[in-house]
Amino acid sequence: MTAATTPSAAAPGAILLGADGVCKYYGDDRAPVLERVSIELRDGEFIALLGPSGSGKSTLLRILAGLMPPSEGTVLVHGEALHGPNARVAIVFQSFALFPWLTVLQNVELGLLSVALTAVERTKRALKAIDMIGLGGFEEAFPKELSGGMRQRVGFARALVVQPEVLFMDEPFSALDVLTGENLRNELHDLWTDRAVPTKAILMVTHNIDEAVSLADRILVFGANPGHIRIELKGLPAAERRNKSPARAQLVDMIYQIMTNPNEDAGALVEQHAAKAQVVGRRVSRGERPRRYQTLPDVSIDDLTGFVQYVSGIGGKASLHDLTRDLQLRTDDLLAIIEATDLLGLADMQQRQVILTPLGQRFAEVDLDEEKSIFRSTVIEHIALVRHILRELEDNPAHAIDADSIIDDLEHSFSGEEARRQFETVVDWGRYAELFTYDDSAGELRLDEEHWAGHAPEPK
Amino acid sequence: MLCVVAAGAYGILRAAAEWRAPVQRGSVLDLSVWRLPVYAGLSTLRMALAYIVSLAFSITYARIAAASRTAERFMLPLLDILQSIPILSFMPGVVIGLAALFPGRNTGLELAAVILIFTSQAWNLAFSFHQSLITIPRELTEAATVYRLGFWRKFTRLELPFGAISLIANSMMSWAGGWFFLMASEQFTLPNTNLRIPGLGSYLADAADQGNRHALVLGLLTLVAVIVLLDQMLWRPLVAWSDRFKIEQSAASDAPRSFMLEILQGSALVEMIQARALRPAVRWMDRTFSPDPTPSDAIEPAMLATRSRAASRRFAIVAGLVALALVLWGVVAILGAIAGLSASEWGVIALSAGATLLRTTIALALAAAWTVPVGVWIGTNPRWAQRVQPLVQITASVPATALFPVLLLGLLRLPGGLNLAAVALMLLGTQWYVLFNVIAGAMAIPSDLKEAGTIYQVVGWRRWKTLILPAIFPYLVTGMITATGGAWNASIVSEYVTFAGQKVTTVGLGALIAGAVDRGDFRMLLAGTLMMSTIVITGNRLVWRRLYALAESRYRLE
Repeated sequence: MTAATTPSAAAPGAILLGADGVCKYYGDDRAPVLERVSIELRDGEFIALLGPSGSGKSTLLRILAGLMPPSEGTVLVHGEALHGPNARVAIVFQSFALFPWLTVLQNVELGLLSVALTAVERTKRALKAIDMIGLGGFEEAFPKELSGGMRQRVGFARALVVQPEVLFMDEPFSALDVLTGENLRNELHDLWTDRAVPTKAILMVTHNIDEAVSLADRILVFGANPGHIRIELKGLPAAERRNKSPARAQLVDMIYQIMTNPNEDAGALVEQHAAKAQVVGRRVSRGERPRRYQTLPDVSIDDLTGFVQYVSGIGGKASLHDLTRDLQLRTDDLLAIIEATDLLGLADMQQRQVILTPLGQRFAEVDLDEEKSIFRSTVIEHIALVRHILRELEDNPAHAIDADSIIDDLEHSFSGEEARRQFETVVDWGRYAELFTYDDSAGELRLDEEHWAGHAPEPK
Repeated sequence: MLCVVAAGAYGILRAAAEWRAPVQRGSVLDLSVWRLPVYAGLSTLRMALAYIVSLAFSITYARIAAASRTAERFMLPLLDILQSIPILSFMPGVVIGLAALFPGRNTGLELAAVILIFTSQAWNLAFSFHQSLITIPRELTEAATVYRLGFWRKFTRLELPFGAISLIANSMMSWAGGWFFLMASEQFTLPNTNLRIPGLGSYLADAADQGNRHALVLGLLTLVAVIVLLDQMLWRPLVAWSDRFKIEQSAASDAPRSFMLEILQGSALVEMIQARALRPAVRWMDRTFSPDPTPSDAIEPAMLATRSRAASRRFAIVAGLVALALVLWGVVAILGAIAGLSASEWGVIALSAGATLLRTTIALALAAAWTVPVGVWIGTNPRWAQRVQPLVQITASVPATALFPVLLLGLLRLPGGLNLAAVALMLLGTQWYVLFNVIAGAMAIPSDLKEAGTIYQVVGWRRWKTLILPAIFPYLVTGMITATGGAWNASIVSEYVTFAGQKVTTVGLGALIAGAVDRGDFRMLLAGTLMMSTIVITGNRLVWRRLYALAESRYRLE
């Protein structure tokens, strides 16, 4: 394939769809899920939204599709403000979203029900889409008879049959096994680059760096809490996307670097990096709000200790590439674990390598009691929220506090759902460190007196 | 097939005549065997009518509640209250009122029967459909929006199919519950007469009145036959058919089957009806309710959305105000009526309430006492379960109110007869809910838990205490909640009866209510009905709701 046949030709086309300063709050939340996001989608472009879970990328996709209104800001379709569902968009869903009681053909026809066509014409078009996507012979099958890959093909056929101007894909391959996903991805790539469909632009949400690099003309890396665009990178030229070129390896590496350092300035990371990838036009920065607590990644103790022991077992360091391959984890789950070890001072990230700190080494080697004691001191030293809870517990004469007061406090910094997740993580960690106990039915945190003695967080 | 259609048409004409027939003073039913099919038909027709109304009501109600969060906020609690009040306590009032509306004709009594059955069927249907609507996976709803299915197509292609399985399961429950109320309302006699609307319920009551054991047995057999027939010809095929609406990841191996469905699916006539009538009808409805869009629709939805939102908000405000005004008016009227009651009258009410509370408690305790061991035994012995379950189901399908005349015949001559009969009726009406739930709970105990118990030698009473009772606890509570409602309903028909032309009563809230109707004492009727509703609702909130929450949080096996 040559650059000339690629839709991502040098001159970008007209703006089809854009978001301007979009914010999203849920309910009465004080903290947004998505904060001041601007984006535009041009004719001929394939854009990937990449980011950890909770970074609002799926929310942005739904706002652009008109499935939910933005709390602030506007969505522009061909320059006009959007209200209600965006009629120029079709979506391929992560869970496929097929109607289980309809056959493959009926599911595909579903997209055409609201188009002025005769029944015969409708069926003809649906059958054509089914053939194109490699589903011929399965027309009368019900979704439950199909494998995951075949089901997602139905999802694609249903989306493409309406000939949408813009195609949205919400983690379309993440529910599939690796080989199936790869295969389907390649087929989609060919359909797109061959211009077999009249679709003018594609927007894909993913957490998979490889996927983004091998498909997209532009990659928008999202950060979490609140969701925002950290940086916007230019994709590789078409020829270098899919083979194992050095440029590709370097870009993947750089994006890893950015995503494993969620609290650092993405622009500075790009400058430090050898790849010197192109940052597209503007670098999106956000107004830093003062934050009382770090964001705790949603990681269980078992995953955390298991990970540290695993890395220790293979020599105390491991490359991200090997870890992704050997641990069979989703990229964002792996990144969350690495972030947690980093937060707790158990490991460092250097040049795509996870390296255990001396503390991390010791943590992996000692017995359970000692392990707990290390965890206890490191969690007090590094996690502001743990210190805050301990202070509150100390100040209370009964050494017990209401969980709601902590959650309420967290809601100043996190959206409602995220605040709850933060609370659950800190309870999990605090319980394991035997610093405090938590009674879920009473919603009460209580100081674990036995281990508390002599651990005063800081002089008051 | 043609015969069925002809018979159906005749039946409807016949029933229409019956409905408009003048009330015949002092007449009793013809107890001959040959009249039984007619009575069975009339009873079934009442049930069917009430069910259709219930279904339409609950689908509409649930759809509105699911569409608007504001509406949901008061519609769901209202449903909850409606569900927990003992409906039969309103029966006397409703019957008298409607009979007065259509003087000299059967219409009022017939309407009252249909309304009573409706009030027993609608609530759980509405709850189940609402539950389905709010649990539709988000991406399916989004797909419906993205592909612009519109209201009607979304309703028929997504919402109805998604709710179908639980709607049908709940319809079976509603239908079973409906028989209880149908029998009660058919047996009900207007004050100072011994008039009853013709049906299986009145047939049984008249047979018992006359001591005609032969007719009593025949009537019960007919009832069981009708119930079993409907189960096989209607509900089983529906359950088997609705299996296609199951959301599942892979094709199941043990789908429910029904011989009737297989016959229907193989029938040429059914095929013809589908092709000539059903499909064109669906297409016609599609066209009517969601017209094909014109190209300009691509731009318009935006404007439509804002306009309809404003309109629906205005509608919600007006509806809310009207509802509020009605409620206020009702409260004022009721307070005005009750204010006149003297202290001694309140004393009588309290005493009666205590007596009925005692009876329901005894009945529930008895129910739990025998169903827990038996249910656990059946549930943990799968081989026996297969053999016993159908028997239990048929026995349980006989509405307790149908057996009541039989009970009266047997027990009334004993000392404390009506007391005994009242508790027996409550027990009969409620024990099955508990039994079925206990069986389900016992069957759901994971075998590895049972094996762990055996290996660590948790046996005897300790096995009950640490394994069996906690595991069945959530199911037991669910069964007891339903049973409590049933027991209170039963008190209305069982504490004050007209038997063989004579009134027999005992002390109790049910007797108080029924007696107030006879005397035309409106204030007492109102106070008694309110008292009963209050007790049941308070009990639900204070006892059952808490136990249920405890069961959910601590004893639910996942």
